[in-house]
Amino acid sequence: MKSYKADVLVIGAGAAGLAAAIEVKKAGLKVLIIERDKELGGITLQCIHNGFGLKEFEEELTGPEYAQRFINQVLDLKIPYILDTMVIEITRDKKIYAVNNKEGLIEVSAKAIILAMGCREKTRGAINIPGFRPAGIYTAGQAQRFVNIEGYLPGNTYVILGSGDIGMIMARRLTWEGCTVKAVVEIQPYVSGLLRNQVQCLEDYDIPLITSYTVTKIHGRDRIQGVSIAKVSKDYDRIIGSERFIECDTLLLSVGLIPENELTLQAGATLSNNGGPLVDNNLETTIEGIFACGNVLQVHDLVDMVTSEAKRAGKNVVDYIQNRYDKPIKKEEKIKCVAGENINYLKPNNVNKSDIDSKIIFNFRVTYPDRRVIIQFRDENNKVIFKRKKVYVIPSEMVELEVNLKEIGVETTIKEIRIEIIPRPEVLIEED
Amino acid sequence: MIYDVLIIGGGVTGCCIARTLSKYDIKIALLEKEADIASGTTKANSGVVHAGYASQREYLKRDMCIKGNKMYTQAAEELKFPFQRIGSFVVALEDNQIKDLEEERNNGIQDGILGLELILDKTKIKHMEPNLTDDVVGVLHASSAGIVSPYEMTFALAENAAMNGVNFFRNHKVNRIRHQDYIFELKTQQGVFKARNVINAAGLFASKISKMVGLDYFDIMPRKGEYILFDRNAMHLNKILFPTATKVSKGILVCPTAHGNTFVGPNAQNISDKKDTTTTEAGLKEILEGARKLVPNLPNRASIRNFAGLRAIPNTYDFIIDNTDVYGFINVAGILSPGLTSCYAIAERVTEYLELLGVNMKPNEKYNPNRPKPERFKNFSKEELDQKIRKDPTWGRIICRCETIPEKEILDAIHAPVGAINVDGVKFRCRPGMGRCQGGFCRPRVMEILSRELNIPYQDITKKSEDSYFLVSKTKDELLKKSESGEAE
Ligand SMILES: Cc1cc2nc3c(=O)[nH]c(=O)nc-3n(C[C@H](O)[C@H](O)[C@H](O)COP(=O)(O)OP(=O)(O)OC[C@H]3O[C@@H](n4cnc5c(N)ncnc54)[C@H](O)[C@@H]3O)c2cc1C
Ligand SMILES: Cc1cc2nc3c(=O)[nH]c(=O)nc-3n(C[C@H](O)[C@H](O)[C@H](O)COP(=O)(O)OP(=O)(O)OC[C@H]3O[C@@H](n4cnc5c(N)ncnc54)[C@H](O)[C@@H]3O)c2cc1C
Repeated sequence: MKSYKADVLVIGAGAAGLAAAIEVKKAGLKVLIIERDKELGGITLQCIHNGFGLKEFEEELTGPEYAQRFINQVLDLKIPYILDTMVIEITRDKKIYAVNNKEGLIEVSAKAIILAMGCREKTRGAINIPGFRPAGIYTAGQAQRFVNIEGYLPGNTYVILGSGDIGMIMARRLTWEGCTVKAVVEIQPYVSGLLRNQVQCLEDYDIPLITSYTVTKIHGRDRIQGVSIAKVSKDYDRIIGSERFIECDTLLLSVGLIPENELTLQAGATLSNNGGPLVDNNLETTIEGIFACGNVLQVHDLVDMVTSEAKRAGKNVVDYIQNRYDKPIKKEEKIKCVAGENINYLKPNNVNKSDIDSKIIFNFRVTYPDRRVIIQFRDENNKVIFKRKKVYVIPSEMVELEVNLKEIGVETTIKEIRIEIIPRPEVLIEED
Repeated sequence: MIYDVLIIGGGVTGCCIARTLSKYDIKIALLEKEADIASGTTKANSGVVHAGYASQREYLKRDMCIKGNKMYTQAAEELKFPFQRIGSFVVALEDNQIKDLEEERNNGIQDGILGLELILDKTKIKHMEPNLTDDVVGVLHASSAGIVSPYEMTFALAENAAMNGVNFFRNHKVNRIRHQDYIFELKTQQGVFKARNVINAAGLFASKISKMVGLDYFDIMPRKGEYILFDRNAMHLNKILFPTATKVSKGILVCPTAHGNTFVGPNAQNISDKKDTTTTEAGLKEILEGARKLVPNLPNRASIRNFAGLRAIPNTYDFIIDNTDVYGFINVAGILSPGLTSCYAIAERVTEYLELLGVNMKPNEKYNPNRPKPERFKNFSKEELDQKIRKDPTWGRIICRCETIPEKEILDAIHAPVGAINVDGVKFRCRPGMGRCQGGFCRPRVMEILSRELNIPYQDITKKSEDSYFLVSKTKDELLKKSESGEAE
């Protein structure tokens, strides 16, 4: 059995893994990247549209261009990586096993692990569309791979279920290829992806967006021949009589992404309700020395946010190895962070009391859209400890908030922070 | 060439008969209309090897089921398909149901079913199956009941039959049968097959085949059953759970598959179209509601697939296994549930019929009942795995991330006797695409391997039938066509 040793092992070489590895290497530690695919870069490699890097580089790049900037740094810094290699197991004592077809089974021992395996698309079964089970149903990302990487068209006329970003981007991409996109059907009353994509990918190409509708039946035994769609009520019940048929030879699903969590679970880490691991403000999971960043932790809107989160994870791992690794574990007292009204999920899930005098980045998504709101923190006694105004919140936009808890008056006696979104009262006191 | 026996239908019934007859030195072929075997009822059912207490006592199917159940142990050993005798519970939720369970137990014991036990101790019941509802008042435990992967068993049967000399012809639909001088001529699109004896195991279409030789004495009606399958990590069941049966059906069960996923279903819907395997909104709702009575905390959000199977219900409600008036023509029709459980007993009976017909059943000297055990990545120790990859690097290339399937297992599935020729064929033989991402990640890779190994252009790889194509053209083809015809600038 081949074995490797490193200070830090990074699993996954997408935007998250690359940025984290670079950060660790710059601090002079020994890092190793293992990537399942044949190339470095992750999902961005199939995103040949632009819109990447506005924040990180203040330039508009395509996905592969964005990735290349990090790949170049990895090469310059001579960070070792193994490609075409899949991590199949993380044991509870942090031994990692991976396989490839050249070296066989590989065993890695590392002082710390960074999980950066990205996310996966939800599929049809997960949302239970009745009907036949023919060929011609793909997730949007799968179609994107066929078109952008393999050079094939999966169909000629399309219906896209779900208005996630990948679905909308594919609607435009397929139109460019001469295909017809009959409709993007969204069950919610609003688009689930970014507004920017709704305008640039659908409206600019006159692709009909049908909201508050869903696909209720798949037609066609061998190859899909069409779908039935129907209007839904506020509670997502189908409205009888609203059903209509749309002919198509392909159905794309863009119904959401979930963190790739197999290895996370296997390592023994606890998951939170978004499918990613529970983490503290250092992005450390419930297993000491295992950190997570990028879409494996939470599905991000923009790659730039993935990069900044990954850099943070990288720095925290360096700190872990330099100051905590191999030292007697001191029991950290933690402040629990919980999701209150209109918070779908949040990160981090707890804050170390010893860190309350530093900048903590909170990320969360709301459950439903709202306007003129207040983001509010309360403690376990319901006392309000923090308030901030926000013009609007929508589920497709992750909210990021930077707070120094000590500066807002949080004491180490506090046990819990509950974050909630509440409507703004009509008259607002200017001071807050 | 004249075969001694031609079998029509490559479901579990036809394949089990083929394998059983391959013990004898006779010429056998099997004709299947679909692109692959196990494409009919055999593909979508509950996969329960029933203990046999459930059917009424005068029925042949009860007898065959009790016998067939006992034959599974040896078959699984020889053929190495996934099979586990985990035991079943018939669950009583009301006191007045207990007497039904008592009766089933008493009759079952009389008929030779082993391991039947009525359990009324709730703590004990909940200990045996913690997921069961608190409303349980008693269960009939049948320890001989088991779970099997029906299609994997059928592939194993076919593979072993082929090893022992049976010829398999897929994509061969029998359209007409001529019958003269004790020779049958079966017409298919691909040519005529001749035989002295014909076994009709055509499932839902057995009445149609029977009519081809002028035998019109039964009807087969399709009855649909729908299912929902859950992610393997979502729930772990120890037992097969049935509600107390009504006269109409065994009811909706909550059950593990042989691979550890939980599923719920089936309902029972009489339909008219024998190809209508659609699932319906109402049906999926019905099975979830039914299942929740047994297991209230089903992992609803973790469903990964829904599907439906069609029972072949004969108007007699019993198996029709007949040495018919047409000499040499054997009907094995109306093989409704528990047909899967009964297949080995059915095949034994068919063998007896052929002996009665005077077929010379000399043993096949070369018969080997043992199918080589499919090697699975998941079953290897770390050291074994390392050795394997060093010898054959295709063990080290993981194609399906959800089920951890390496390229080697896919190659084996393609190159086995009666091997996979399309994406579903690979999926049902060795599981890539069965996991939570349902092929999202591995499908292009499986297509690439099929294309390379079978020398079929990538674009022509299909899901199941010829019409179930995945790709329509290369990118830009569509645009080039349009620009040539002057549509685009
Ligand atoms: C279709 C699409 C369009 C997008 N468009 C935009 C856009 O226009 N602008 C923008 O800013 N952002 C966009 N994004 C978002 C952004 O690209 C992603 O959020 C970001 O790239 C995710 O990075 P990651 O490293 O977390 O995940 P990934 O890039 O998915 O990387 C994860 C890596 O881990 C590897 N891996 C997983 N499991 C294992 C294992 N067991 N062993 C070894 N390796 C493993 C995978 O092969 C993969 O390379 C888009 C995303 C998608 C999917
Ligand atoms: C919902 C449901 C649940 C069930 N649960 C269980 C259970 O838990 N336990 C159990 O023991 N049994 C169960 N059964 C019953 C079991 O599935 C069947 O008894 C068994 O699969 C029947 O197999 P078969 O080979 O007879 O039919 P099939 O699998 O339908 O095979 C018949 C084959 O004949 C082929 N064919 C048809 N016409 C022609 C032609 N003209 N030329 C060539 N080929 C042709 C078809 O394509 C098909 O492949 C269940 C059935 C259903 C539907």
